[in-house]
Amino acid sequence: MEKSLTHIALFSALIAALGLMPSMMLATGVPISGQSLGIMLCGTVLGAKRGGLAALLFIALVAAGLPLLAGGVGGLGMFFGPRGGFLIGFPVAAFVAGLVVQNLRARVGIAAFAGAVLGGIVVLYAIGVPVMAAHLSEESLAKMFADLPAYRELPLPVALCALFLPGDIIKAVIAAAVTATVARMRPASLLSRA
Amino acid sequence: MLTLTSPVEIWAHRWPAGVKLALLCAGTLLLFSLHGILPLTVALVAVLALIASGGRRFAGASLRMLRPLWPFVALVALWHLWLRDPGGLVILLRMATAVAAANFVTMTTRLSDMLAVFEWLLRPLARLGLSPRMIGLAVALVIRFLPVMQLRSAQIAESWRARSARRPGWRVILPATMAALDDADRVAEALRARGGAG
Repeated sequence: MEKSLTHIALFSALIAALGLMPSMMLATGVPISGQSLGIMLCGTVLGAKRGGLAALLFIALVAAGLPLLAGGVGGLGMFFGPRGGFLIGFPVAAFVAGLVVQNLRARVGIAAFAGAVLGGIVVLYAIGVPVMAAHLSEESLAKMFADLPAYRELPLPVALCALFLPGDIIKAVIAAAVTATVARMRPASLLSRA
Repeated sequence: MLTLTSPVEIWAHRWPAGVKLALLCAGTLLLFSLHGILPLTVALVAVLALIASGGRRFAGASLRMLRPLWPFVALVALWHLWLRDPGGLVILLRMATAVAAANFVTMTTRLSDMLAVFEWLLRPLARLGLSPRMIGLAVALVIRFLPVMQLRSAQIAESWRARSARRPGWRVILPATMAALDDADRVAEALRARGGAG
């Protein structure tokens, strides 16, 4: 009980700490923040339930007014902006990443990479991109969700995400490597495989 | 740690947090059902008037909080110029209004009041074993441990720099994660020794 609570709380703080770290520049010059890496790690290390709750706690604190997002921003406005869907998607992404690591009978590193890609990229984009497209569309919300595939604002968010995809794949590799090392050095702490 | 609540106290600080959140939800729903440049301009002017009612310092801080929107504003403008479509203005008006209104609520509500509303909203979950006391404890732990983790990440990066000429980058992440796991174990033991969390 206490262990679940402290793991959820400390990983929530870890997501924030990774996001507030100076962003690591790739060779291509695209800045990548550690925030979504933190989300992946929540799932792959803590498992579906605890990882999802850690991410949920994190976005709740952002909504409550703590400037915990990369770049030192936060508040309710972030949920109503074009990136809002990605925030809402964080807990789902961590949950799915954890689910994959728990259920995929493969070596930890491989399962963690699959989980990080499926949760932290596929699921996260699947929630974030349509919301961003909705923000970038002039149609009313109701009309747009009724006619989702047809709207022409989709290319812009898809192009934006393509820009972040290489960075996110690198983050999935790092998340997998970190998870595999945790499995080797602290097998009892890897709650997703406990 | 600093919160985004404005240090400049204005009339809206005295409103209950729950009322402000409910009004924000209703207002945003209304905003997303509005069409055309005229009604959306009226909505933006209304929100700007709310912000201006807080005085110069408050308004300045609110406008600075809109900074994360600028890349999107630039993108939308370019995209719609390329499409030769005036609809971009509608999008920008709606986006700026929605975010500015939400920021207004954030800036005029104390963290503790906002968390109290969240706890109230989560009351139904108590039956599933998620007691408000646990949520409060988890929030307190995050706020306490965030500076600890930032300090430690900085120390890990420092010690990397002492050993190598290259930048630490992602190499900080493994030790930071391990330290978070170890801390979680120790804090859990400490909580149990003090009578447990439940």
